[in-house]
Amino acid sequence: MSENINITVIDREGMEHVLVAPTDMNMNMMELCKSYELPVEGTCGGMAMCASCHLYILSEHHLPGKSDDEEAMLDQAFFVKRNSRLGCQIQLTERLDGLRVQLAEVSG
Amino acid sequence: MIETDIIIIGAGPCGLFTVFEAGLLKLHCHLIDALPQSGGQLTEIYPKKPIYDIPGFPEVLAGELIEHLMKQAEPFKPGFTLGERCERFERTDDGKFIVTTTQGTEHKAPVIAIAGGLGCFEPRKPPISNITDFEDKGIEYIVRDPNFYKGKKIVISGGGDSALDWSIFLANGIASHVTLIHRSKSFRGHPDSVQKVLDMAASGKIALITDAEVIGVEGDAMLKSLNVESEANGSQVIETDHWLPLFGLSPKLGPLSEWGLNISKNSIEVNTFDYSTNIHGIYAIGDINTYPGKLKLILCGFHEATLMVQSAFKRIYPDKNYVLKYTTVNGISGF
Repeated sequence: MSENINITVIDREGMEHVLVAPTDMNMNMMELCKSYELPVEGTCGGMAMCASCHLYILSEHHLPGKSDDEEAMLDQAFFVKRNSRLGCQIQLTERLDGLRVQLAEVSG
Repeated sequence: MIETDIIIIGAGPCGLFTVFEAGLLKLHCHLIDALPQSGGQLTEIYPKKPIYDIPGFPEVLAGELIEHLMKQAEPFKPGFTLGERCERFERTDDGKFIVTTTQGTEHKAPVIAIAGGLGCFEPRKPPISNITDFEDKGIEYIVRDPNFYKGKKIVISGGGDSALDWSIFLANGIASHVTLIHRSKSFRGHPDSVQKVLDMAASGKIALITDAEVIGVEGDAMLKSLNVESEANGSQVIETDHWLPLFGLSPKLGPLSEWGLNISKNSIEVNTFDYSTNIHGIYAIGDINTYPGKLKLILCGFHEATLMVQSAFKRIYPDKNYVLKYTTVNGISGF
């Protein structure tokens, strides 16, 4: 069993939540937020099609690049910033220990 | 008027499997779907995507799964109303429901099974507080008739294919002036369309504003102007007759949210005993429902459909005994 990692999520009210995340469960950030019952819908089930798991990366972690699907979806989402990502496209790995993210506003 | 035993709203995997399970109990089904073909998101969005968690199928393409489900439902001769969205329901004096679509098609049955998946796909609206004040008064999310824009000043927002294609089309002798506003410098549309828009911008046929966003709308009875914020020019006001924000579609519960069903987190609350909703005779199965421990998986939807039709049978035939069918004993006998 590999080590768990800690991820800090700041919700839309500014509350910080430190989530303990497994790295051997093939989970992504959207699923992690949902399992802690944070207000992330994940409407499309993780196919980069709805932006309901849109979040901002606040720490300096180096994440794998965006797929075309993710770029296309972020292109159509709102409140998009340079550090925007879709949670469902971020796989939880040991390299993400200490990651800080903020949930983006919900829209459309 | 179409009459049946179960009206199924949504012709995705759950809806189709409901036909089979209902058929085993000799119940007829009629499916209604807003999309022009059956299969729901599996055929519309990801037909070529492999699915790995259908029991007995180590790997199956979404489109193939739908073909199999259609074949499995076929002996039970389901009816289909496709390309029409369910708008409202009413009760009849004999305890049945009438479901009417946007096109006015009426369906009557004692039971409704909502298997609507993610819901209906509706245009994604920019988060501007007074945007609804000008909907159909200068702001349109869909181009219904291009000639509507003849001689008009229009602004289009978005970076995908529909924003590019409509900019090109409307700038070719229809609208008097076309401005395309996009949040970044790069476009996600088809490379040919991107090049065409860039060429038309260079020759002055399209006014192209990149790294910019519409952040406000103003007008009186009709839309008059847009507040645009861009990295290069700060904020500016653009006068226009129409604004077409083309940011794609996102799934919404749609008219079902007005049916008086208990809703939580955009999903319909059900009792896990039989997946019934708070309205007697209306059930909800698959991705559209919610209950403690809910998992949005096709396989869970199949289970829900199976239990649901047992309860539907009892509602339709209160005097008959509950009948569990094993297909291994008698095989399938269709209608």
